[in-house]
Amino acid sequence: MSTNSSMTNGRNAFWAFIDGIRDRWASAPVWQRWTVYVALFVIALLLPSDSLGHVMSPYSDWASVLFFPIGTYVVLAIGLNVVVGQAGLLDLGYVAFFAIGGYSMALLGTKLGLNFWEILIAGVLLSALSGIVLGGPTLRLRGDYLAIVTLGFGEIVRQTAENTDAIGGPRGIAGIPHPPSIDGIEVFGVQIFHYGVLDPRPYYYLLVVVATAIIIFVKRWEKSRVGRAWAAIREDEDAAEVMGVPTFKFKLLAFAIGASIGGAMGVVWAGKTISINPNDFLFMLSATILAAVVLGGSGNIPGVILGAFLVAWLPERFRGLSEYRTMVFGAALVALMIFRPEGLLPSRRRKAELAEGTGGMGSMGAEVPGPEAQPAAEGAAK
Amino acid sequence: MFDNLLGSFWPYTIDGLILGAIYGLVALGYTMVYGVLRLINFAHSEVFMIGTMASAFVVMTLGITQPLTGFALVGGLLLMVLAGGAASAGSAMLLERIAYRPLRKRGASRLAALISAIGASLFLQELFALVIIPHVFNRPQQGRNQMGVARIMQKDTLFTIGGAQIRVDQVLIFVASIGMMILLDLLVNRTKIGRGIRATSQDPETAVLMGVDIDKIVRVTFLIGGLMAGIAGALFVLQFEVTKFSIGFLLGIKAFTAAVLGGIGNLRGALVGGLFLGLIENYGAAIFGSGWKDVIAFTVLVLVLMFRPTGILGESLQQARA
Repeated sequence: MSTNSSMTNGRNAFWAFIDGIRDRWASAPVWQRWTVYVALFVIALLLPSDSLGHVMSPYSDWASVLFFPIGTYVVLAIGLNVVVGQAGLLDLGYVAFFAIGGYSMALLGTKLGLNFWEILIAGVLLSALSGIVLGGPTLRLRGDYLAIVTLGFGEIVRQTAENTDAIGGPRGIAGIPHPPSIDGIEVFGVQIFHYGVLDPRPYYYLLVVVATAIIIFVKRWEKSRVGRAWAAIREDEDAAEVMGVPTFKFKLLAFAIGASIGGAMGVVWAGKTISINPNDFLFMLSATILAAVVLGGSGNIPGVILGAFLVAWLPERFRGLSEYRTMVFGAALVALMIFRPEGLLPSRRRKAELAEGTGGMGSMGAEVPGPEAQPAAEGAAK
Repeated sequence: MFDNLLGSFWPYTIDGLILGAIYGLVALGYTMVYGVLRLINFAHSEVFMIGTMASAFVVMTLGITQPLTGFALVGGLLLMVLAGGAASAGSAMLLERIAYRPLRKRGASRLAALISAIGASLFLQELFALVIIPHVFNRPQQGRNQMGVARIMQKDTLFTIGGAQIRVDQVLIFVASIGMMILLDLLVNRTKIGRGIRATSQDPETAVLMGVDIDKIVRVTFLIGGLMAGIAGALFVLQFEVTKFSIGFLLGIKAFTAAVLGGIGNLRGALVGGLFLGLIENYGAAIFGSGWKDVIAFTVLVLVLMFRPTGILGESLQQARA
């Protein structure tokens, strides 16, 4: 297709190399995998170093950037990935659950004086509940309709917060407490459990721990009966239903899990931020997280992490072009969908789904296979 | 609580109908594209925004400071509508060509198309905030501010209904929108190209076998949708006399809500849905306060989708959705 064959070869060679690594990984013994996991965890803990910061984030404090936006986006993307990537439900209002977590922290912390860990549990439960409340009536809808309802829900949550004076209205809530500190534990000169105003690193470590726990949970779910049910629903909901998968129940579960991850991140985020207001939860954030999931390769956790990292980090790194970054981001999304719609690191299963159809996301109408296109398996199945 | 609504029921009704007519015009673009491509053209809100910008540009270029009268007014209005329609139709077709057609040709998923649309939408908003408003409109550093547009016509009261003063421009907007919708309805139901559109939305593969040129139908669909959004943009500027780079976002979601309310893919439904939404929103604002306007609109959307997902009039441009 391409006229420039050397460029095409170079590109293919690159992806072949990536594929080679993934083959090795797929057949790697357990101890090797665990070595890599532990190494990754240690690397994550070592990330907020100053020498790295000079390169990665010359314009703002690297450790703060690692907490927000990078770490926050990574966790949110992992949560949204459960809904979009694994269960195949398009959610455009994911920011609502982040908001519910954030407001739980703010309200329960300032009004009831609960501490961070109690609120973390409450926030997760509340956002899971809100996921069920939203999902219950709407998950019978499919595809785009669900997307629009979730978008509407996101706006309802934000504007309700804006219009309710009891929770601060448009000014939001200030004076949110930090997580309780444990002083005196010092590692390499960092008070790792001292949650104060000055040092962002303890918050980042907290986030890494929460993120690791979430990744383990999500990974286990993916490999379980639940994960297989989600894959079946994503690929063909009708067939899944016929095969005895209670599709509604599993879709609701995906929604609740995705929501609780968003809520947990909201609590952690608000625990550092001191003050929140409704404008922290704009639709743009939902769109950005969705873009991160799709950019990285929806359905594949390493891919999603990579995508979230890029989406969060690139605009921070190139603040010099800050004015134009959203514009470039928009154009990049279009280009990405045209040239590599499966994302940078798609899961293999997902890639196979996309190759034979549209990965269960439904095809556009008026799509008639040309000589280049794959046969439309989607259309034949319906 | 209801005193406010009952006390000025007619003014709220009139405002609701005007806003609803504009929603309806924008909704046509969503509903037609969805009918043919099964795609939420998320960037349609930006197509509308471009329409408002083009008509604001006309008002600015003509150097209007005083409201016009007579033939000058007719000419000015026509120019506004033409500029808005042309700019929006052109950008809608460009959008189709750049952001959707490559995906469609490859048989990409609707999720991919939706992401592409979100990307295009962000790009266009920023393009206006950073380049076009500062440089073309000559408002440096004010790309993200609301732009006032000069009043082009004297807004005299024409008649009153139950205490509501009905102004000339409101009648004009209402009549113009309804007129455009009737024209479109005729086009889709009576002409050859309209038959092609209907055939494509019912069954694209069979339509191709019957000799329908799908690419052409898709182009025409975007053209018509863009045209309607552009006219809506011009009418919006006439009524509210403001525009902004992000003006399309909320209005776009609401217009889509209107399309769903009326039954997506159903052209007459778009009008019914638009008017219905405009009224509900205004009545709701009268009862709960204007801050709740959007919340009410979205709640209505959620309720309708729960209890009658095919909308008030049902889907008709296509028979079933995938």
